[in-house]
Amino acid sequence: MSSETNKILTTDGIPLEESLKKAERKNKIKAFLLVCPLLLFLIITYVFPIGEMFTRSIDDKMITNMLPNTFKSMESWDGQEMPEEEVFKSFYIDFKTLVEKKEHGKLGQRLNKEKNGFTTILKKLFRQIQRNKIDENGSFKEQITSLHKRFNNVEYWRAIKRTAPPYTMAKYLKGMDLFIDENGSVAQVEEDRRIHRILWLRTLEIAFFVTVFCFLMGYPIAHLLATLPMKYSNLLMICVLLPFWTSLLVRTASWMILLQQQGIVNDFFVMIGLVSDDNRPEMMYNKVGTYVAMTQILLPFMVLPLYSVMKTISPSLMRAGKSLGGTPFVAFWKVYFPLTIPGIGAGCLLVFILAIGYYITPALVGGASGTLISNQIAYHMKTTLDWSFASAMGLMLLTGVLVVYWIYNKLVGVDNIKLG
Amino acid sequence: MALPKYTETRYRVWHYFYLGICTFVFFFLIAPLFVIFPLSFNAEEFLVFSDGMKRLDPDAFSLRWYEDMIYGTKNPWGLAAKNSFIIAIFATLGSVILGTVAALGLSSRHMPYKGLIMATLISPMIVPLIISGVAIFFFIAKVGLAATHLGIVIAHIILGTPFVVITVTATLSGFDHSVTRAAASLGSNPVNTFMKITLPLILPGVISGGLFAFVTSFDEVVVVLFLAGLDNTTIPIQMWTGLREQLSPTILAVATCLIVLSVLILVSAELLRRRSERLRGINR
Repeated sequence: MSSETNKILTTDGIPLEESLKKAERKNKIKAFLLVCPLLLFLIITYVFPIGEMFTRSIDDKMITNMLPNTFKSMESWDGQEMPEEEVFKSFYIDFKTLVEKKEHGKLGQRLNKEKNGFTTILKKLFRQIQRNKIDENGSFKEQITSLHKRFNNVEYWRAIKRTAPPYTMAKYLKGMDLFIDENGSVAQVEEDRRIHRILWLRTLEIAFFVTVFCFLMGYPIAHLLATLPMKYSNLLMICVLLPFWTSLLVRTASWMILLQQQGIVNDFFVMIGLVSDDNRPEMMYNKVGTYVAMTQILLPFMVLPLYSVMKTISPSLMRAGKSLGGTPFVAFWKVYFPLTIPGIGAGCLLVFILAIGYYITPALVGGASGTLISNQIAYHMKTTLDWSFASAMGLMLLTGVLVVYWIYNKLVGVDNIKLG
Repeated sequence: MALPKYTETRYRVWHYFYLGICTFVFFFLIAPLFVIFPLSFNAEEFLVFSDGMKRLDPDAFSLRWYEDMIYGTKNPWGLAAKNSFIIAIFATLGSVILGTVAALGLSSRHMPYKGLIMATLISPMIVPLIISGVAIFFFIAKVGLAATHLGIVIAHIILGTPFVVITVTATLSGFDHSVTRAAASLGSNPVNTFMKITLPLILPGVISGGLFAFVTSFDEVVVVLFLAGLDNTTIPIQMWTGLREQLSPTILAVATCLIVLSVLILVSAELLRRRSERLRGINR
C-alpha cells in the first residue's frame, strides 16, 4: 500500500488533517478577536493600574534622585565610623542643588521619616548656604559637623545610607505596624501607635462573624425555598431578591432608623419589658450595629448560591436515606448536607470577600469600631494623599483575598462555585 | 410542607422550630425596607413614629419631604438623579456591548486559554471594591478624566461587565449552535445571523446582565467617591453625605423612590429569567 491511500484528502486535494487544523485555527482567531475588545479594555484600565499600585507602593526613587552624588560616594562607606570627607562634599553638592531648585524641604521631610531630627539640622545647613558661609575650598566635613552635633552622629549618616535603594518595603511594614530601626532590622512601633494591626484583626473578625451569621441564617431559608412547592417559594423568594436589588445605602439607612436609641427595635424591647424605658441599650455606633446591618445586607449573597445548589438535589435521596433506616437527622447530615457543600463554599466565599472589602455600612452604623481596613485605604487616598501607602495596604488586602481563594480551591474547587 | 401523620413528636417540634427560624429570617430580610416607607410621609422632622402616626391621624402624615426632595432650595437631588441616570445608562450600554461580544467568544469551544481569560474578565467582581477603586482612580487620573462623567462611566463599565459576561455565557451554555449553522448554510452572513438568530435567543440573558450592570452603576459609591467632583455627584454620594451628616426625612423620601425602582427592576429581572428559561427549554 502506498502512503497516499492513508491520507484522506479533501476535494481541494489538501490532506483533511491539515484542512481541519486550518479551520480550527481560523475559529480560534475568530473567538479570540471577539474577546479582544473587552480584554484589552480591562488590561489597560484595570490590570495595569493594579500593577501600578505595586510599583507605587515600593517606589522610593524620589530621594534617590535627590542625592545622587551622596549615595555614590557612600557606596564604599561601611557605615561603622563617620564617613569620609568625600561623602560630606557630595552631600553638600547635592544639597546645594536642591536649595537652588527649592526642593530641600522635601528632602527634610523624607529624611525625618527615616530618623527624627533631620528637619532642624538641614534647615541650619540651608541657612549657612544661603548666607554663603560655607567655604567651598575648606574641609566640608569640619564645617558641616560643626553646624550641629547631630551631623557628628554617625546614626544620621546611616539613616541617609538606608534610603539609597530606589525601592523600599517601608510602606508594607508600616501597614503591619513595623518599621526599620537604626540598625536596619525590623522592629515594632510603640504600643500606643499600633493602629493597623487592630484594623486588620477587626476587619477579619467582622468578615468572619458576618459569614458565620449569614450561613446560620441563610441555610434554613435556602432549604425551605428549595423544598417548598413553586407557588409558595416564588413568593418567599421576593423577600430575598428585593433586598438584593435595593440600594445598599437605602438598607443602611433603614438600619440606622431601626437601631437608634429611640428606634423601633428599642421600642419593641421596652414594650416586651426586656429593657426599661430610661435605660435603652445603644445598638448603633458599635459592633452590634455593624453585625446586624452587614448580615442582613449580605444574606442574599449566601442564600442565592445555596438555593441554586439545593434545587438540584433530588428529594428522593432523603427518602432513600430514611428508608434505609436513617433518622431524619442522620439522613440530613449524611446525605443532604454533603451535597450542599459546593453551595456553602460559594456562599461563604462570596460573603467573606464582600465583607472583607466593605466599609460603607460599618462607617455609618459602626461608630468608632466601624473603621475597617478599607476606610483606612480610602482615608489615605483622599485625605493624607499617601497613595503609595494606600496602594500597599490595598495589595496586602488583595493578597489576603487571593489566599482565601487558594484555600477554597484546595478544599472545594473553584469549578464547584455555583452562582444563582 | 405538611408533615405525614406518623411523624414523631420530637420531629414535629423540630419542624415547627425550623419554620419559626425561617419566618424570623424572612422577616429580618424584608422588614427593614418597610420602615422607610411610612416614615417618609412623616409630618415631623424626627425619624421616629410620632404619636399621631401611631393613631393614623391624617394630620401626622404629609408629603413635605417629597416636596423638599423635588423643589427644596439648594437641593442636590435633581442634579444627582440626572447624573446617576446618565452615568448608569451609558455604563450599562458599554458593559452590555463589550460583555456580550466577549461572552460570544468565550463560549466558543475553540477559545484558547479560556480559564485564564475568564478569570481576568470577571476579576473586577472578585477583587474587593476598594482595591478596584484605587486602581481605577490611578488610571482615570492619569488620563485626565477625574471628575468627569466619562471617567465614572469607564469605571462603571469595568465593574459592570463581569455580570454581563457571566449571565450571557450562562445563557449561551444552553444555546443550540446548529441554528446559527443552519442560518449560515442558508446564506446569511455572520452579522446578520447574530442580529436575526442569536441575539433574539440570548436577549433575556443580555438584558438581565444589563440590569445587573445598571444596578451596579446606579448603586455604586466606593469608586465614585474617589472619582467624582462637585458636578458629578450621584444619588449614592448624596445619600452617603446625608447619612454621615444627619439623617433627614428627605433621604427617606429618596430611599422610598429607590425602593420603588428596585421593585420595578426585580419584577423585570424575574420576568426575563422565566422567559429565558422557557426559550432555553428548561422546565422546572
